[in-house]
Amino acid sequence: MSSLHRFANPARFLRISAIVLPWCSWLAALTIAAGLYVGFFTSPADYQQGETVRIMYVHVPSAWMALFVYTVMAVSCATGLIWKHPLAHVIAQAAAPIGACFTIICLITGSLWGKPMWGTWWVWDARLTSVLVLFFLYLGYIALSGAFDNPARGEKAAAILALVGFVNVPIIKFSVEWWNTLHQPASVIRAGMPSIHLSMLIPLLLMAIGFTLFFVSLLLVRVKSELLARRLRALRLSEIHRAGAV
Amino acid sequence: MPALTDYLSMGGHAAFIWPAYGVAVVVLFALVMVSLRTLKANEIAVREIEATRPRRRRRNAETDNDDA
Repeated sequence: MSSLHRFANPARFLRISAIVLPWCSWLAALTIAAGLYVGFFTSPADYQQGETVRIMYVHVPSAWMALFVYTVMAVSCATGLIWKHPLAHVIAQAAAPIGACFTIICLITGSLWGKPMWGTWWVWDARLTSVLVLFFLYLGYIALSGAFDNPARGEKAAAILALVGFVNVPIIKFSVEWWNTLHQPASVIRAGMPSIHLSMLIPLLLMAIGFTLFFVSLLLVRVKSELLARRLRALRLSEIHRAGAV
Repeated sequence: MPALTDYLSMGGHAAFIWPAYGVAVVVLFALVMVSLRTLKANEIAVREIEATRPRRRRRNAETDNDDA
């Protein structure tokens, strides 16, 4: 925890983030550009799915991000509730809209992939439904954290919702094994070995790394913005107090 | 040119592949723009309040002295 507390000071966090942000965002742009290039020009069409397999390079990384961002959010919420880390709730609140966006991208691209391959835009199978629930959990977290007059109460209530909702993450992960789903089971890593060809694995991993770097960059921007918003609230409150005192 | 249109048609699945990428671009771009705009607005608002702060503090100090 002591190493974590080194970043507890928001001013120090902002100093570090100012150094990291430009590197991180340029790396994100480069990796995503490389991933798109390889995905569209050098990777082959699938022998069964034809060209639609290219939807995988945006669908699968955004699904991974949907789960990863929720995990980041849940860990931050737990840190905020247990250790009262001053940045924890700020990070969770900054991350939630990013996770919600990745989830909606995952749902829409999945639907666009499902129509030509399965013959339907949507089925209520375990995988699709549990991801939809994840999307609603993100929305619920965002709504709840803004629903109280006292922001501190809002962030605490929302953090509890996020932690309870975390049970959905392993459900999504294992839904394709526990239930008969139209959605295929995980095929990137099977029995410890990549089971897809390198020509498809490389663009997939490039996009996943790019999306992760994109998430970190945008998170840094949003954390800074949220810290300023809190400072603004505090300043306005003290203005009111002063006006009341005079 | 035929090669390009052939490529863009994506083996007849253009109507699914391009919108999938389009949605991702639009959603992520919108999120970036909203985030940057909020950051800018918050920065300006904090700067404005902080700029008025020292003056008020001085004025308060003066009134305090007057009272004394």
